[in-house]
Amino acid sequence: MAIKTEEMVLNMGPQHPSTHGVLRLELVLEGEIIQKVIPHIGYLHRCFEKHCEAMTYPQVIPYTDRMDYLAAMGNEFGYAITVEKLLGIQLPERVEYIRVIMGELQRIASHLVAIGTYGADIGAMTPFLFAFRDREVILNLFEITCGARMLYNYIWVGGLSHDLHPDFVRLTREFIKYFRPKIVEMNELLSTNRIFIERTANVGVLPLETAINFGITGPMLRGSGFKWDLRRDDTYSVYNKFDFDIPVGEGKVGTVGDCWDRYYVRILEMGESLKIIEQALDQLPEGDVTSAIPKRIKPPVGSVYKRVENPRGELGYFIISNGTTSPFRVKVRAPSFVNLGIMDVLCKNHMVADVIAILGSVDIVLGEVDR
Amino acid sequence: MKSEEELFNILKTKFNENVIKLVKQPIDPFIICDPLMINEISLYLLSNEELLFDNLMNLSGVDDANGKSTPIEGIATIEGGTLSVYYHLESTKFRHKVVLKVCTPREKPEVASVALVWRSADWHEREAYDLLGIKFLNHPDLRRILMPYDWEAGYPLRKDYANPEFYHGMKVPY
Repeated sequence: MAIKTEEMVLNMGPQHPSTHGVLRLELVLEGEIIQKVIPHIGYLHRCFEKHCEAMTYPQVIPYTDRMDYLAAMGNEFGYAITVEKLLGIQLPERVEYIRVIMGELQRIASHLVAIGTYGADIGAMTPFLFAFRDREVILNLFEITCGARMLYNYIWVGGLSHDLHPDFVRLTREFIKYFRPKIVEMNELLSTNRIFIERTANVGVLPLETAINFGITGPMLRGSGFKWDLRRDDTYSVYNKFDFDIPVGEGKVGTVGDCWDRYYVRILEMGESLKIIEQALDQLPEGDVTSAIPKRIKPPVGSVYKRVENPRGELGYFIISNGTTSPFRVKVRAPSFVNLGIMDVLCKNHMVADVIAILGSVDIVLGEVDR
Repeated sequence: MKSEEELFNILKTKFNENVIKLVKQPIDPFIICDPLMINEISLYLLSNEELLFDNLMNLSGVDDANGKSTPIEGIATIEGGTLSVYYHLESTKFRHKVVLKVCTPREKPEVASVALVWRSADWHEREAYDLLGIKFLNHPDLRRILMPYDWEAGYPLRKDYANPEFYHGMKVPY
């Protein structure tokens, strides 16, 4: 009797704890080996881009928060500088510095979630709790600044909604002092953990050329060994005034561009963000943060594409203005959306359990994938 | 680093009438190209040793809404006009950027796909197809991506889109 084999289709999601939201992955399997991964997205689609066309420019800002809800400051930051470029306005120095501080604090908070949930996906529950404990401190800092913990509406076109709280600088310095040893702790707990390395090293290797052709950005691209960071390579705001390194994947425990490298780049980036915050606090100038906010935002006719380095990669806004008070077209180039497109290539010929390790290392936020 | 004008001249000599014109504006000037030749132009931009545009930053479909607008029962219906696609390209080696634009008529919106040149275009093109109904010729897998697969009420980002009253026989509550 001849043995017959056939492909099996397995649905992972939409309700699955390690898909970080509502994502359905259709896995085509042969035995336990992945032949093909077909992502099905759109479960959180709320047509942000259509909404924008009915809003005035400032009204769009709270909606940008809800895209990448783990890095809401970054989204506002990107939107604000895009509209400012269209308007051609100059900002007070203080605004730029505060924006950078907020952006970097947000990067640490976002990477902590990425790292913590990545550990939890793979079976290490403790780092998750440690990461959320530290993220809490950052959220408290945001809370005293603008009252909100996740969706801020803080960075406005031309300025900020509030100035810093009088205690902010002191508390942030305390946080930096508190957080440096925690990174070392995280390395001892998770990065060098034998089981964690077994699960992530040499899994889902992403070669650099493939990464660029697929438009991969952020820690994923740097994990493949390419020194590319928009804060330096297409600098915006005042990032050119700070001294920081761009960590890249080196294949310390496996191959360059594997899941562990992508994970470890995030750990190193948190340290670099601390450096930037420290320098920005030292140089923080005085001034009025609301003085440059235009009374009525009515940009001239034209189009602009501007991008920022969000925790997950390149966040780009393409805005067309037709000279009225609302945008004619807003297109968001969401980093998670583009990064998720590579799942099929990364998962091919891996085991089912590796899909979870790979998806965790891509670090998606479904609010941003579906917009 | 090459400026927009240099790039335009290089493309103009190579592709002649398929590269239509350079539109100058203070921020992000763009080059208008032939929608059915955009894949070959893209391949040239990617593979030429002096250009090496290896990164497609963004691809966006746009409804230009430049047709004749006539309100029928309160809903603006647009006749004629064009849909466009913008391509934002960058070279990670030379650090130069360029913006390409193609326009295609609303009645028969067809653009050559660049998904096999830059794989990142795959999902961007699916999105433009999904929300604006632009058909990308020779796309490997042109399906809806964000909207439900069985959505029949048209393309939401078109300026004349009207919300459907019923979805699968159910009244939509607004």
